[in-house]
Amino acid sequence: MRRSFSRELSVAGAIAGLFLLLAIRAPGYFGSENLADIFMTNVPVLLIALGMTLVILTGQIDISVGSMFAVCSVAAGVFAKAGLPMPVAGAAACLTGAFFGALNGGLVAYARVPSIVVTLAAMVALRDGLRWATQGAWIEDLPRGFQWLGFSQRSFPAASFLIASVLTIAALWGLRHLPAGRAVYATGSNEEAARLAGINTRVCVFSVFTLMGALTGLAALLNSVRFNQIPSNAGLGLEMKVIAAVVVGGTAITGGTGSIMGTLLGVILLGVIGPALTFLGINAYWEKALQGAIILAAIAADGARARVALRGLRRYASSPASTRA
Amino acid sequence: MAAPLLEARKIHKSFAGVRALQGVNFDLRAGEVHALVGENGAGKSTLIKTITGALTADSGIVRVAGREIAHNNPGFARSLGIAAIYQQPSLFPHLTVAENIAWTLERGNMWRPVAWRERHRRAAELIDRAGGSIDPARLAGSLSMPEQQIVEIAKAIGAGARILIMDEPTASLSDTEVESLFQVIASLRAQGSGVVYISHRLNEIFAIADRITVLRDGESIGTKNAKEIDSAGLIEMMAGRPLASVFPKRELPIGEVALELRNVSSRGGGVRDISLSVRAGEILGLAGLVGSGRTELAETIFGLRAAGSGEILVQKKPVRIASPVDAIAAGIGYVPEDRRRHGVVLDMPIAANTSLASLPAISRRGWIDRTAERALADRYVTQLRIKTPSVYADCSTLSGGNQQKVALARWLAIAPKILILDEPTQGIDVGAKAEIHRLMGDLAERGIAIMMISSELPEILGMSDRIAVMNSGSVSGILARAEATQQKILTLALGHKPTGPSARIRE
Repeated sequence: MRRSFSRELSVAGAIAGLFLLLAIRAPGYFGSENLADIFMTNVPVLLIALGMTLVILTGQIDISVGSMFAVCSVAAGVFAKAGLPMPVAGAAACLTGAFFGALNGGLVAYARVPSIVVTLAAMVALRDGLRWATQGAWIEDLPRGFQWLGFSQRSFPAASFLIASVLTIAALWGLRHLPAGRAVYATGSNEEAARLAGINTRVCVFSVFTLMGALTGLAALLNSVRFNQIPSNAGLGLEMKVIAAVVVGGTAITGGTGSIMGTLLGVILLGVIGPALTFLGINAYWEKALQGAIILAAIAADGARARVALRGLRRYASSPASTRA
Repeated sequence: MAAPLLEARKIHKSFAGVRALQGVNFDLRAGEVHALVGENGAGKSTLIKTITGALTADSGIVRVAGREIAHNNPGFARSLGIAAIYQQPSLFPHLTVAENIAWTLERGNMWRPVAWRERHRRAAELIDRAGGSIDPARLAGSLSMPEQQIVEIAKAIGAGARILIMDEPTASLSDTEVESLFQVIASLRAQGSGVVYISHRLNEIFAIADRITVLRDGESIGTKNAKEIDSAGLIEMMAGRPLASVFPKRELPIGEVALELRNVSSRGGGVRDISLSVRAGEILGLAGLVGSGRTELAETIFGLRAAGSGEILVQKKPVRIASPVDAIAAGIGYVPEDRRRHGVVLDMPIAANTSLASLPAISRRGWIDRTAERALADRYVTQLRIKTPSVYADCSTLSGGNQQKVALARWLAIAPKILILDEPTQGIDVGAKAEIHRLMGDLAERGIAIMMISSELPEILGMSDRIAVMNSGSVSGILARAEATQQKILTLALGHKPTGPSARIRE
């Protein structure tokens, strides 16, 4: 649904420029260990960003993903410790996410509560609920099969890569080729027009939130199996990281336009820039400031586009049609 | 007698080449109610806006109490004592009545503390003068429609307005509420103010107006003393125009009943007890004034409004329509009035807009078949002559007429049995309009039953096989093509009892 790939191109250009600089100034950055580390840190971000892209495309927002991530991480550990076989425990973690996602989605789609309110409440309630339930304690003494999901430490990144690729391609393809994907764009562009065209916009919004929850659950699972204990405060600030990546990738915060390719590039840009600073010998404190600048630049570009669109609308408003008595 | 309170001479105003006002004259004396009447689009609102300063006339003179107004603007007009009260009051719902009144009256130092007691006392006094009894501490959002109007009038009185313009003030009022509004108007008149009263309801006009000015196609047709003319004469003045253009109406064989409504009412009450039928190949025109329930009826048929009672039959079989999904499944398409907000998705390409209601049909194994989608869009771009460089261009890049064609294409793609068109040619240029009319003929020829809502009488008369006229949510009469005239339609639309034997109610 995009006129051009200008945003994707400029983000890709920024990544390429950064890599070029690194290749000249700090080639050590491209050591396989560093790259693998960056990749593993960002797989959860990418998975959640896929869901967030859908949520934002429908014109909604979900800021509860950080808290949901913590709940699902702890849930995965608890299920595993309870003796569930690893595949079942993993699925249960995803379902936990889907459940809370469905709760958000139900309130937004059917009870018509604004998504920012619903997910703000969920963000606080899940975070504090978890703190109360775990008393702040981390989950430790995880069963042997939990670590690396039963894969070896060597093969786990490959497995993660496979999962992330499959889901990214599925989202990319589905948004373009499935009627459901079309429904997401139409709902986000103009909910009333979509409803008049026979699209069940409520089901659409509900499903997108549910999927968002499930993806958060999966992200939490893939993240927590990398360590031998699970912190009960995982995922703090994750929602902002994810939303930033989606917005930098060109998805309009008002819904209706955007792409998975843009989100992928947004996740990569924001993911590689932090370690790059360290390698370039720049104080790591600058990372947040730089991320902020990138986001601001992206939003400013959206603003310019919106102004162009507004001009078009004003032209329409001043045409004779709307001034007839 | 002194100079009139308000005088407008030879006002001209065009919008992008369309002449909205062509030398209109109007004057208002102290202590009179002067009614302004005319069809939709006659130029009443444009005239009002040039008086209130919301629009600047291209040429012409506006005088207030004999003084010529050179550069009018809303603030200046208000300072001259001109106040307008619209159909929809524009109060701040979250502020109290007193605050709403104070907002327009207390202008001054931002940092001076509010004298609450004084503010409330003054609000109460103004409301009393406006003929109401409303607690100034109530929130404006909690007021009923007539109460809100009283607050608007109180604001106008407080501002020292001597020229009050009321644009369809009774549109959402009940009979007793109208009665109390009339008492307020009478007392304003007695105090020496002048009231410009715009309404479609002729009986009200004869009840309250001293003089009546008729506008038609942007020209002032005449000003009469209310005592000198009757409603029939007034309707003739409003309508008396030959058909503006030739409509490409074809005589086509009319088939079986495609859509039948039996005593349909909507739950909210916007539509009351409607029985109608449309046959395959027939164009049923749905006439009536703005707010008479035509769009509400369309929305009820299409499942956007909950149907309260009654039965809808498609091809003689009863159907249950609770949502647009049901309506589409029953073969009903709906091209809504506001195409930019509801008709097309502006940020989506033509192809995606065209296929939006028929995605299952162009999907194979659950995927959208892009080749089929492109073929579908190409077909309609050719067939409907949509002017665009590519079917992948966003709808926002198209002109109004072409957007309307895309909205139409979407519904043709579902192969509808029944098509409801709400103001299909509103705000599109003459050429595109003729094309839409030609297309309607083509669709009727294919056996689609068409229900066309239009506020343009020539369009209704030119395109319809039969005409159903609505008034206050119900059908006040159905006219056959041969017997329909502008006068008969207007008479029915204004809620007058049909006079001739030809305007009988059918079905």
